[in-house]
Amino acid sequence: MNEHQKDLAWRVGGPQGSGIDTAAWIFSRAVAIAGFHLFGRREYYSNIMGRHSYFDVRVAHHPLTCHRNTVDLLTTFGSEALARHAISVVKGGGIIYHADSADEPLSRISFLDARARADLEAYLDERGLPHSTAGLLEDARRRGVQTYAVPYDEITSALAKKLDVPKAVADRTVNTIAVAVSCALLRHDPRYLIKALEKTFPGRPKVIHMNVQAIELAYEFVQTHFDTRNFDFRLIPAEKIEPRLLLNGNQAVALGKLAGGLTFQTYYPISPATDESVYLEEHSNFPTRNGAPGSVVVVQTEDEISAVTMASGAALTGARSATATSGPGFSLMVEGLGWAGINEVPLVITLYQRGSPATGMPTRSEQGDLQFVVHAGHGEFPRIVLTSGDLTEAFYDAAQAFNYAERYQVPVIHLLDKALSSTTQTVEPFDVSSIRIERGELYTPPPGGNGRGPYPRFAITESGISPRPFLGQPGGIHWLTGAEHNTIGIVTEDPVIREQMVEKRARKLELALREIPLDEKFKVYGDRDAPFTLISWGSNKGAILEAIECLQADKISARLVQIRLLWPFPKDELTPLLKSASPLVVIESNYSGQLAHLLRAQTGYGANYLIVKYNGRPMSGQEVYSALKAIYEGKSEPRVVLRNPYE
Amino acid sequence: MPKITAKDYRVEEPIDWCPGCGDFGILSALQQALAGLNLLPHQVAIFGGIGCSGKAQYYVNAYGVHTLHGRTLPYATGAKLANPDLTVIIVGGDGDGMAIGAGHFVNAGRRNVDLTYILFNNEVYGLTKGQASPTLPLGLQTKSLPEPNIQGNVNSLMLAITSGFTWIGRGYAYEVRHLVGLMQRAIQHPGLSYLEVLQPCPTYNNLHTRDWYAGKDLEDGRSRLYLLEEDGYDPVIPPGASSEMIAAKICEFTARAQEWGDRIPIGVFLENRSVPTFEERIGKRIPTYRMAPPARRPIADEDGRTITDLSGIFAELTMA
Ligand SMILES: Cc1ncc(C[n+]2csc(CCOP(=O)(O)OP(=O)(O)O)c2C)c(N)n1
Ligand code: SF4
Repeated sequence: MNEHQKDLAWRVGGPQGSGIDTAAWIFSRAVAIAGFHLFGRREYYSNIMGRHSYFDVRVAHHPLTCHRNTVDLLTTFGSEALARHAISVVKGGGIIYHADSADEPLSRISFLDARARADLEAYLDERGLPHSTAGLLEDARRRGVQTYAVPYDEITSALAKKLDVPKAVADRTVNTIAVAVSCALLRHDPRYLIKALEKTFPGRPKVIHMNVQAIELAYEFVQTHFDTRNFDFRLIPAEKIEPRLLLNGNQAVALGKLAGGLTFQTYYPISPATDESVYLEEHSNFPTRNGAPGSVVVVQTEDEISAVTMASGAALTGARSATATSGPGFSLMVEGLGWAGINEVPLVITLYQRGSPATGMPTRSEQGDLQFVVHAGHGEFPRIVLTSGDLTEAFYDAAQAFNYAERYQVPVIHLLDKALSSTTQTVEPFDVSSIRIERGELYTPPPGGNGRGPYPRFAITESGISPRPFLGQPGGIHWLTGAEHNTIGIVTEDPVIREQMVEKRARKLELALREIPLDEKFKVYGDRDAPFTLISWGSNKGAILEAIECLQADKISARLVQIRLLWPFPKDELTPLLKSASPLVVIESNYSGQLAHLLRAQTGYGANYLIVKYNGRPMSGQEVYSALKAIYEGKSEPRVVLRNPYE
Repeated sequence: MPKITAKDYRVEEPIDWCPGCGDFGILSALQQALAGLNLLPHQVAIFGGIGCSGKAQYYVNAYGVHTLHGRTLPYATGAKLANPDLTVIIVGGDGDGMAIGAGHFVNAGRRNVDLTYILFNNEVYGLTKGQASPTLPLGLQTKSLPEPNIQGNVNSLMLAITSGFTWIGRGYAYEVRHLVGLMQRAIQHPGLSYLEVLQPCPTYNNLHTRDWYAGKDLEDGRSRLYLLEEDGYDPVIPPGASSEMIAAKICEFTARAQEWGDRIPIGVFLENRSVPTFEERIGKRIPTYRMAPPARRPIADEDGRTITDLSGIFAELTMA
């Protein structure tokens, strides 16, 4: 960080498969260990090897909630990353690049799409520079950016010699070297980097040893070849280091599920949901506080139809059961969702939205499924839809989803997005002891029952909730069916019973609306009494919070109403806030303003302004701030589209 | 404990199958089979598909789950894996299992969960009024078809063995005594069992009727059905069987499974004991699986506080 800036934005980019992810994790750990807060954002193509991917890590001594569009220190592997991102590096910042990619014509960079190339060429033409990475580097230098050419091959050859290992083996440390060059430029103590390696490769002393040697060579190289005096970004560790968790969204949800008592999870592989199930499977066995065995059975199914129905079957036996997917998978699950609805099955579905429809943009983010999810299925049945705005909420909501599912005996959809799933962040340690497990109204089997049925599983009650037996319990025999049924679960087409059952199921949502605590319905941030009202949901929260802070610096006060319960919609409690809103701005990551529509349908209040982004990338605080500022100054159209061609 | 009888498995519900439907025989066999195994009704869960046959679970006093068209296997799999002490039986039609549910059928075979799948094969879609099902041979024209069947048929026994089912049998809806025995063996087999039951549908299938199975149209008037076991056929693949032996068994199986027309085998086609069940495979990964399966594993203490101890995982994720 330099004196002008409160934080540092580091970016690493290169071809997918070249270890961008590992490099980012090592860097993140090396700064987090030194007591920094960080926010990481990951962008990649739907491709295994070769296409461009990058990772932003923003570092500060205060909590960070979103990424920044500009970059302070860029580390690149290959010419494409250099070509794409050089332009985003700020004055006073730095670019680290492979000596080999110093002069690559843009036309030779195969994955640089025509649109991006044309834009860059126009940019270079305006400045009279050649269409090459050399042109972009020259432009950067003219703008006051330091450029650092690193001959990775020379360093790994030296390492091979030093350790007496084949060059190909030493080449594996290139990511570490790149991170080490960054850290050396930032004058970060290499001890943190070594600790980070130990965290990254636990139980692999040989790998650690080799990488430690690589770090030494990299630091040496920087000290002998670069004059770091004119690079004024520095990482000065915190005086007191508070332990924090460093994790991503998929992990936060998986851990929340474990804390919430998950015992059965199904999935069919799909981006960006898969990592959650894989992480759960890695932790199939875990300890419990009372020494009883802890475990979760994770089943990879043949498709999402099977994933949702298998999870439902398990839920019927009393298991806390869940599945995780994204839009295309959820489309297939809709059939099973309705079955869970009419059978009052407590089932949790974690849904990570991605660019849609159909296959859409599998690895990019969007909030395009809100309207689909709250209405999904034929006919009418209750469901609860929760959405989280950050990793901490994602953890607690994932646990709470089971309580809602069992309390109201409904499917619960936990709606997240790719941006949140791949966000890495330092967070305050989670307080597991605050989590309560509420299993709702259960049937207690009589002692010594012989099991003769039938039991009124779907008894008509005032609350709409009927005590629930698990398959296999004596005395609880009943039937379940996707057809309308009587109290014991036998198919009926009786018009009176039909009405009673429809009403009974509907009552559960009324109860949920009464019982769910206010701050689980929505939260208000910023100046609670400010009329300038921003309404949003999900992962945009972080960017909006930063934008509110920037507005505050301009003496403009605003408040954010972050919706957390999307269904049933908390209309009554929201109305007073909407009444006093002026202007009312809805902010979301889709084209049509799906939350704005829901808000209008449920409350009658329409948005005065809509800020949307639908290029598949998350919003940054700066983008939201600029849009809000324009609105405040009366210089904005009612619909603002956030755009950034360099993401 | 008083002895369980078929009566314990009966329910008062009126049965809405057509008079003379083969489903009645299968239902009666199922009730007798369960009682004969001395299982208590609440220990049994029956998962039904969508179709006339899928309704069978309503007529059994046990936990009954009427699922979605074609989805019986995943629902049942979820219940069984979460509570491996349940006896889980699946009932459904040939349309349900071989058309819309075919993907689940194949993938269930890959897992070998301890389930018993009883497929009611009437070669038609009963409940939607007689369309051709995937088991009706090419070119046949049952009475509700406007034209002869233009699609070929799948041999479900062959599909079952290639998918990995470890117990495969075939029965006939009106051979109730024989069917009871088959069901009991299927249920007792540790692993995934597939029992195809030939089921006359007097309403829509006017070709393969009760009389046709009885061979009334044949010259010697002898039943088309013969018992595999009386023919010296040995279905067993023992634990640790060599690959040569397995290959030889599959050859014999294939020959028998292809027989159709004037001679149709019923009985046990395969009893493969050489493949571990999915539950055993899970038990290898999760040593406490049997003792504390997902349905019964404690998750909270008396105060409702979660007992999951994440401190180890948190330590890995803690940066300091
Ligand atoms: C998703 C879906 N598609 C179609 C149907 C309509 N449907 C009801 S029963 C049935 C066929 C049942 O045939 P089969 O499985 O052979 O059973 P049978 O009635 O012959 O016993 C169909 C297609 C449905 N219920 N659900
Ligand atoms: S249509 Fe056929 S299968 Fe269905 S009940 Fe009638 S006879 Fe039985």
